[in-house]
Amino acid sequence: MTASEIRALFAVVSRPEVVSLAGGMPAVTALPLDSVGSMIGALVSRLGAQALQYGSGQGDERLREQILQVMALEGITDASADEVVVTVGSQQGLDLLARVFLDPGDVILAESPSYVGALGTFQAAQAHVVHVDMDESGLVPEALAAALAGLAAQGRRAKFLYTVPNFHNPAGVTLSEPRREQILALAEAYDLLVIEDNPYGLLGFEHEPLRALRARNAERVIYLGSFSKTFAPGLRVGWVCAPHAVRDKLVLASEAQVLCPPALSQLVVAEYLDSQPWFEQVKVFRELYHERRDATLEALTALMPADVTWTRPEGGFYVWVTLPEGLDAKAMQPRAVHARVAYVPGIGFYADGQGTRHLRLSYCFPDPNRIREGVRRLAGVVEEELELRATFLGSSDERAVRRDASAPQGSAPGEVSSRTRGGQPHGQADTPGPDLP
Amino acid sequence: MSQGAPRAVVLSGGLAFEREVSLRSGRRVVEALRHAGVETSVADADANLLSTLAADPADALFIALHGAAGEDGSLRRVLELAGIPYVGTPADRCRIAWDKPSAKAAVRAAGHLTPDWVALPHSTFRELGAGAILDLMVARLGLPLLIKPAQGGSALGVERIGAAPDLPSAMVSCFAYGGTVLIERFVAGVEVAVSVLDAADGPQALPAVEIVPASGVFDYAARYTAGMTAYHTPARLEAEVSARVGQLAVEVHRALGLRDLSRTDAIVDADGGVHFLEVNVSPGMTETSLLPMSVAAAGLDLGRTLRGMVAAAASRGTIVTTV
Repeated sequence: MTASEIRALFAVVSRPEVVSLAGGMPAVTALPLDSVGSMIGALVSRLGAQALQYGSGQGDERLREQILQVMALEGITDASADEVVVTVGSQQGLDLLARVFLDPGDVILAESPSYVGALGTFQAAQAHVVHVDMDESGLVPEALAAALAGLAAQGRRAKFLYTVPNFHNPAGVTLSEPRREQILALAEAYDLLVIEDNPYGLLGFEHEPLRALRARNAERVIYLGSFSKTFAPGLRVGWVCAPHAVRDKLVLASEAQVLCPPALSQLVVAEYLDSQPWFEQVKVFRELYHERRDATLEALTALMPADVTWTRPEGGFYVWVTLPEGLDAKAMQPRAVHARVAYVPGIGFYADGQGTRHLRLSYCFPDPNRIREGVRRLAGVVEEELELRATFLGSSDERAVRRDASAPQGSAPGEVSSRTRGGQPHGQADTPGPDLP
Repeated sequence: MSQGAPRAVVLSGGLAFEREVSLRSGRRVVEALRHAGVETSVADADANLLSTLAADPADALFIALHGAAGEDGSLRRVLELAGIPYVGTPADRCRIAWDKPSAKAAVRAAGHLTPDWVALPHSTFRELGAGAILDLMVARLGLPLLIKPAQGGSALGVERIGAAPDLPSAMVSCFAYGGTVLIERFVAGVEVAVSVLDAADGPQALPAVEIVPASGVFDYAARYTAGMTAYHTPARLEAEVSARVGQLAVEVHRALGLRDLSRTDAIVDADGGVHFLEVNVSPGMTETSLLPMSVAAAGLDLGRTLRGMVAAAASRGTIVTTV
């Protein structure tokens, strides 16, 4: 991994002067920390011999039973505890799936944009990610059909479709009810495996959760879940729900990596689900994030220059912002650091260098006043950048013509050979961790 | 200095673009000083700093902050006001060294080579028209050009431009780092960094480090990623050229009134001409930084060297200059 300017610029995010709209850190201080603390203390006293010991590679049986109840809230009622593999966060689940399914050069399909942590895993497996367009209703079935047909025409097929259907990271959008059926119909038609990554599904603000893809098709969908957003990311407890044949391979791969998921964390989650009003707490989180989402959207509406657009999430943590034509969210970042506001530039959410005009804002962590202040600062940054761009690139038709005339023949759009800087490839290596503070 | 083991506080972090580098420098300095028997703690330059130092005074501060506050003299001025001794160049002298166009002008006035340059704020381009000014710069300075923020280090925002049509977007990128851009004629040659230690016997140049980045450009990634740049210490220069390189660094240190330590970056062209690029009053101290390499090449121990600076700073105290 190379040292990168983006990562360097993120170092200031830890300072309190900076309003971070960058990291996807859940608001764990909204948990009843006293009662959780007492619960954990009592748990270790009572079950220390188990909690501090190695455990099963597949995960604690009691927890796997409870996970069935959690999944049932999103319509998954036909799963068995035997199909559930507990993982060290759903990130480990992603890694296990990549290890089990991917060989170098394999094609996988993912939304455009897609979750940076997943892209990193797929790229580490040397897979080729083909992005499929999405809009305000999520993945576009016609675009998926075209991608699948295009691959078929080349005699290739995708190993799987990776999708975050609810409150997408980073795009904030949700796959609509009719599209869920359309996507699954396409999966059937093309014999396509679907990986449904659903960490935010219970955190909707405006309606009950839509039925999961896994609830509609148990054979073709592998489901990833997590307690990071509904309880606590520090415990690192997630899960994969997969058909038996896949489950066996996942358990073997997981044992090779970590022997077993942490017993203490699993027992804490199990005890929390059993003894605490955990779903009431989810409602507390929903209200908190709802208020923060509203603060973000209101501030964006009030403060952002014209031509800046953004998505309207109905749940989850993220708003996806599109800057006016010509602006580059990565190049703008030093100005944002100077203004003491942080965001994640869009390019990290693509495997192919797209995304320069986009940035992700997270509203999950700062309180509404900080959010408004952060958006105010960001709006100033965008305005300054627009002014600068107008000075150097704005209205000079002559200069624009000269740029075109001097471009090397046959070069790709935007490809510039005579500028020498950075040498950073797009994507993962140049992007901070997805849940950076 | 107090009785017993000397006590130092290393300042690192800060809010500049180079916070990450500074944190790494700070860790390295802390480790080296502790090895040399100096009781060392670390502090960030934040709202708690002055009260922390007042409550538990150290013999001296070592400033491992890079970028604005650590190098532009502002923090040092506050330390002087507070009567806190620190290692390094005094506040008023930092202002010139920190501002690359000012430093280049001073070094040229002292009779040394430095690549021709223009430094302009955004407002000038906006008011007079960017196209005409950029055309003039290309006509007068030629190509390639180096575009860099007028202030700041670690090559953040630095870009080499080979073709005029690429200039406008490079200017946009560079102005994201600061309000003034330095546009410099690119001089091809051997890139060297010369560290200067300034102890009781006056400023002495350490062996120069020759920098050979694999990508051809010594940018941020090349600086701080192990293996992306080859370093030769001492630089593979003829003895006479090597002596002139060292002489330049010492004269820059003297001409700009620097103290304790500095690092001058320069280019040696094909004819042996030594061109000043910039000078650093708070040189990087990370695992891949240049000053520690030079210290090692000179057969010196980094910890003992830094301990000497802490002792010197403690014994001279702080002279509160007129504000």
